[in-house]
Amino acid sequence: MEHAWVPLLLSLKVAGWATALNLVFGVAAGLGLARWRSGARDVVDSLLTLPLVMPPTVLGYYLLVLLGRRGVVGGWLDRLGIQLVFTWQGAVIASMIVAFPLVLKSARAAFESVDPQLERAARTLGISETAIFFRVTLPLATRGILAGTLLSFARALGEFGATLMIAGNLPGRTQTLSVAVYAAVQAGDDSTANFLVLVTSATCIVVLLLAGRLVPQHSLMTSR
Amino acid sequence: MPLAVDIRKTLRSAERRFTLDVSFTTTAKRVVLFGPSGAGKSLTLQAIAGLLRPDEGVIALAGETLFDSARGIDQKPQARKLAYLFQDYALFPHLNVRQNIAFGLHEGWLNPRRRFAHPDVDYWLNALDLASLAGNHPAQLSGGQKQRVALARALVAKPRLLLLDKPFSALDGQLRERMRRELSELQQRLDIPMLLITHDADDVAAFGDQVVQVNDGGVREQQLFTGYAARSVL
Repeated sequence: MEHAWVPLLLSLKVAGWATALNLVFGVAAGLGLARWRSGARDVVDSLLTLPLVMPPTVLGYYLLVLLGRRGVVGGWLDRLGIQLVFTWQGAVIASMIVAFPLVLKSARAAFESVDPQLERAARTLGISETAIFFRVTLPLATRGILAGTLLSFARALGEFGATLMIAGNLPGRTQTLSVAVYAAVQAGDDSTANFLVLVTSATCIVVLLLAGRLVPQHSLMTSR
Repeated sequence: MPLAVDIRKTLRSAERRFTLDVSFTTTAKRVVLFGPSGAGKSLTLQAIAGLLRPDEGVIALAGETLFDSARGIDQKPQARKLAYLFQDYALFPHLNVRQNIAFGLHEGWLNPRRRFAHPDVDYWLNALDLASLAGNHPAQLSGGQKQRVALARALVAKPRLLLLDKPFSALDGQLRERMRRELSELQQRLDIPMLLITHDADDVAAFGDQVVQVNDGGVREQQLFTGYAARSVL
């Protein structure tokens, strides 16, 4: 069963990268949406939430059209010598887009739940706007952002449809856990499938337990 | 404290349109803006602090222009050096009492550490009887304690003017009386000018060297307060 560790490690790598990127982009977009005063805000929010409701295979197809060698972005990347289709980096992009709305939604809600009065108080105390973000807004939003980030990690870990479409099923290179389970079942290899399913379940439980530990205790007192 | 306020601001929402039109000058040390809720007192206080930008007008404190729409002057709230005591105290829930008080003294992108030592912070912890609570978080404090922390946080930066937004409305009767006395003594000891807004006539009696009455967004009358008994306040 040693070969089962390969898809597990690959899944963790892909989900880890996807989550790290989502943390940066999702928090930035969540903050932008929370602060933006415009009628277009809801439209943009809906567009960015689309990956949550669309079938992953449809997303995968869009990505293939976009990032494939003859795609708009793919052709341009190809000239730079970058290939995303059938690579683990392609799987990162697929997982990232599928899990992005989870970070975005929770970050936006977390930023909107910070009492603007606290930011006003910091202003009268002479603190610059940038420092207010790092000293008041972000710490008070951390709990919500962390929760969304862990959900996004779990979602990325389980990504199947879009990943299969763009990264394929290349054992050792793009075959993540969920794809490997499908491949094992298709091949009638029940013992491998059983093992992979148990590994996946155990990994998810560990992630959830870590999630409980990561959330700082004092932030329990931030909700009023 | 020579404070001159002459501002106008129109606020619109779906249901209503509100025009703030406030004009008063004062040199008294203790000034009360008095009027029913919804009259525009809080908006006036926010405008003085720089948290609300008036459409037009002038705000000047001790000869220095804080805001002047005609000359394009609008000092940031950070630069005005005014203390603002919020009605609900607005203490930072993720910081302990010591960190809350030290918040404005500590520059940079990081908050003061839990045991941040600074002589002024220790002075105020002792002066307002908060030393034993220094490590507590706001959620663990009573209403009166929260108010003292908010006062210490506001005063530690040695502000030029203390602005108080209905400071006693969140407290119950007996405590309200005590905090009123404490604040009055503190103001006299520090000799710091203060501007307090309230809809409570008892606050007017305690602090109203000069009373500015605000109704429906405008100032109706302005008079020196000559004593609680001498004047029936609404």
